[in-house]
Amino acid sequence: MHDVKKIDVMEGILDENDSIAARVKETLGEKGILVVNEMGAPGVGKTTTLKNIFSRLKNVKPYVIEGDIEADFDTKDLQASGVQTLQINTYGSCHLDAPMIEHTVGKMEFDEKGILFIENIGNLVCPAEFTIGEHVMMLVSTVTEGSDKPYKYPLAFEKADVIILNKVDLMPYLDFDEEFYMKGVRQLNPDVPVFKVSGRTGEGFDEVTAWFEKRAEEL
Amino acid sequence: MHELPITEQLIKLAEKHCRDNDGTKVIKINLVCGDYSGFVPESIHMYFDIISEGTMCEGAEIDIRRVKPKLKCPSCGELFERELFSFACPKCGTDGEPTDIGKEFYIESIEIE
Repeated sequence: MHDVKKIDVMEGILDENDSIAARVKETLGEKGILVVNEMGAPGVGKTTTLKNIFSRLKNVKPYVIEGDIEADFDTKDLQASGVQTLQINTYGSCHLDAPMIEHTVGKMEFDEKGILFIENIGNLVCPAEFTIGEHVMMLVSTVTEGSDKPYKYPLAFEKADVIILNKVDLMPYLDFDEEFYMKGVRQLNPDVPVFKVSGRTGEGFDEVTAWFEKRAEEL
Repeated sequence: MHELPITEQLIKLAEKHCRDNDGTKVIKINLVCGDYSGFVPESIHMYFDIISEGTMCEGAEIDIRRVKPKLKCPSCGELFERELFSFACPKCGTDGEPTDIGKEFYIESIEIE
């Protein structure tokens, strides 16, 4: 008969991920790179949002890590416009994590200050649970998803440092209840800036880009 | 889906603490899991049975203590569980603010031999 001992552990399962994320954030921060974790459901316009920002960025160099389960359409698209873009394919995994980012960042060249946009896997749930070294969590939300999303996916809205409400050009054709949506957002995140934009027309992106340029300068 | 890497990390941590305390086998893992942590206990159990095979954790029992998320009322300080589509405090009606209660995900203790 063996003796059974009880050992106090009190260690988080995500502690290792979080410490790698902290290292990524610090290392890139020291190089003058603002790290942005872009999350949102599939089809909300995450890549389109990036393209709209890049066409307006003046004094800040963009870098991109594209996360997708499979395929590299978005990476090719961004590379064609001259932006240094690396692809991560997770082949099934529903989110990016800090070890993946640290590995990929090690393969990139940051020759001048700028912003590293990390487009997370299209998913409104899991990416909110894993920090990956970001200074800024950007949530892309849309009027087509419906105004109840802050209530149904509270963690994503709670963790966001900036919210992009995309596809507002479609408002006349939808029953999006903006007051109900904003009430949910404000309850979860009282001070978060919310930008109403259209990826198709470009409306609202001058303000979004100015916000990111200011954040990069303040780093 | 992401419970697989999470369960691998769980086993790794439990084995480390078992070895550090001169144990050879993990009998039980006491895990605390908030409902807003996003991790599904049933999936953790399923993966655990499969991937703990051949490790110090093989055959171990996992006890998962769930924690319900709570909001805090900024007016009266009440901590409460929210109703669907509402943030209102049941005592005074003011809208509550998010707290860290319900986001826990850690190993509280292990039992080893």
